[in-house]
Amino acid sequence: MTLEDQVRGRKVMLHDMCLRDGMHSMRHQITLDQMIAVSTGLDAAGVPLIQVTHGDGLGGSSLNYGRGRHSDREYISAVASRMKNAVVSVLHVPGIGTLDELRMAADCGAGCVHVASHCTEADVTEQHIGLGRKLGMDTVGFLMMAHMTDVETLVSQALLMEGYGATTVYCVDSAGYMLPGDVTARIGALRAALRPETGIGFHGHHNLAMGVANSLAAVAAGATRIDGSAAGFGAGAGNTPLEVFAAVAERMGIETGVDVFRLMDVAEDCVLPMMARPPRADRDSLTLGYAGVYSTFLYNAKEAEQKYGLPARDLLVELGRLKMIGGQEDMIEDTALTMAKARGLIAAEA
Amino acid sequence: MSKIKCAIIGPGNIGTDLLYKLMRSDVLEPVWMVGVDPTSAGLARARELGLKTTENGVDGLLAHVLEDGVKIAFDATSAYVHPENSRKLNELGVLMIDLTPAAIGPLCVPPVNLARLAQDAVVNVNMVTCAGQATIPMVAAVSQVQPVDYAEIIATVASKSIGPGTRKNIDEFTRTTSAAVASVGGAKQGKAIVVINPAEPPLMMRDTVYCETADEPDRAAITASVRAMIAEVQKYVPGYRLKNGPTFEGRKVSIFLEVEGLGDFLPVYAGNLDIMTAAGARTAELFAQEMLDGTFKFRMAENA
Repeated sequence: MTLEDQVRGRKVMLHDMCLRDGMHSMRHQITLDQMIAVSTGLDAAGVPLIQVTHGDGLGGSSLNYGRGRHSDREYISAVASRMKNAVVSVLHVPGIGTLDELRMAADCGAGCVHVASHCTEADVTEQHIGLGRKLGMDTVGFLMMAHMTDVETLVSQALLMEGYGATTVYCVDSAGYMLPGDVTARIGALRAALRPETGIGFHGHHNLAMGVANSLAAVAAGATRIDGSAAGFGAGAGNTPLEVFAAVAERMGIETGVDVFRLMDVAEDCVLPMMARPPRADRDSLTLGYAGVYSTFLYNAKEAEQKYGLPARDLLVELGRLKMIGGQEDMIEDTALTMAKARGLIAAEA
Repeated sequence: MSKIKCAIIGPGNIGTDLLYKLMRSDVLEPVWMVGVDPTSAGLARARELGLKTTENGVDGLLAHVLEDGVKIAFDATSAYVHPENSRKLNELGVLMIDLTPAAIGPLCVPPVNLARLAQDAVVNVNMVTCAGQATIPMVAAVSQVQPVDYAEIIATVASKSIGPGTRKNIDEFTRTTSAAVASVGGAKQGKAIVVINPAEPPLMMRDTVYCETADEPDRAAITASVRAMIAEVQKYVPGYRLKNGPTFEGRKVSIFLEVEGLGDFLPVYAGNLDIMTAAGARTAELFAQEMLDGTFKFRMAENA
């Protein structure tokens, strides 16, 4: 059976990430006007879910991840009040955001939450998934860096999230490391293990330029939600470019309900002009995908290169070797200091 | 020399590691281990080490408190059951050292405020969280030099060192730590971030402390204060080390720490558990010394 045969007629819900993952590329400095322009455009194009939060989720505004230009409350309120059909979603990482922040997001009009954990640590999400459900939100379990564990473990973690009440569970390729076969194995196993009514999502990054191909593999294996970003606006070499995926989906007979031309226009006219540098698989972004490193580490690694004259690629490879996971941005500076000292680039006392 | 008799509630990782530390103490003598599961490995281990045990929770201990002369109890259970445990034991005149994030008593980080707490009459002392024990001394080291507007800590712990209780209550863990970074550390505002890393072999506990000073940081004074505080913590956690920093960028001070445990019960990577039990034991020792000297004030009736 060809890929077309497998996916034809499937209904897939698209979820735009450019106002959350794109925050990384903008160091969390997107203005309210930009947020409103992009989100209303996406809404008009028929994108059903739009994520709006600091790049690291609720409560992410910090010295470690970068302070937001505005608070999550301001961003979510500004967007949610203007949506005609789209539902605003938020990212929530236990250990970074607290339950009070999730309540705030729901009060401001967010209707969906991605409760995220590293792919092996789902048991930290029980309180947050529970609260998301209690608040009546579309509650999603979001298993990050899913390439770092085996299929069986990923399934066991997804079952935990389903047990806590998540109605959709994601396989998240945070490093843009997976190849289509990796996606097929993971999504297929999740589909077989989770309840039939539980949705399955895939969130890709484009560091190896596999975002669209991986998302197609996910749909073929049973995924019902696909994350992407208009113009690929996101961490590393960007997320799966949503307008490209929507166009491919239409050609292949996948039903997304999205107006492809209008989505292209939002990408071209609203999102692209925001970017200082459009994401592409440059040397450092490609290294993320090649070495399996968390995509947002890119920015701190480039900063360390500027500060200490230490090549970002060397630093990223070392962070991969040390098995650093999402959230450990502080360890980039620490590792850079240690490496710079060892190479005589800075004094040993620093 | 006589010792102050203690009970440990919760025979899990924290309770068992604490037991090993108390057995080395000159002033504390662990006599009871309290659990709720008769098949618990922790209770069996405590029995082998000569302690009395009960699987009936704190209620199983109450009848023996007076006859066995228990004066200090450590609670290593959960934030949800702690308040009741504390109330029942306080009524019998037992000082409670709380290792859960319940935080109903004053927060204690030994090198920062133990001496001050010991001057007050207390019936319950809370040990914050492992992340708080590892980072608040550094926030205090900076705030003792000059005002800190904002302090943020990132604690990374090995997956194997974080038990089901903490995982289930990660929100309390994060919030209790954030609050203590400000109230005990001396920052105007505090924030805590916790990351659980499953790498194999397990990584050592790492902690990063960022402080934003109100004015330009006094680099020499802060560096000296940080080094002095590291030495203070090393008195009870020898594996507490400065890995990098302090570094300075504008008003931001960055301090990168590593905490290696003693390996009493859990492997050395679990510095987070070690610093918690070591801080609890150190706190109890100071109060025990006061009890032995006859200067300890237990003022339950007046507080109630």
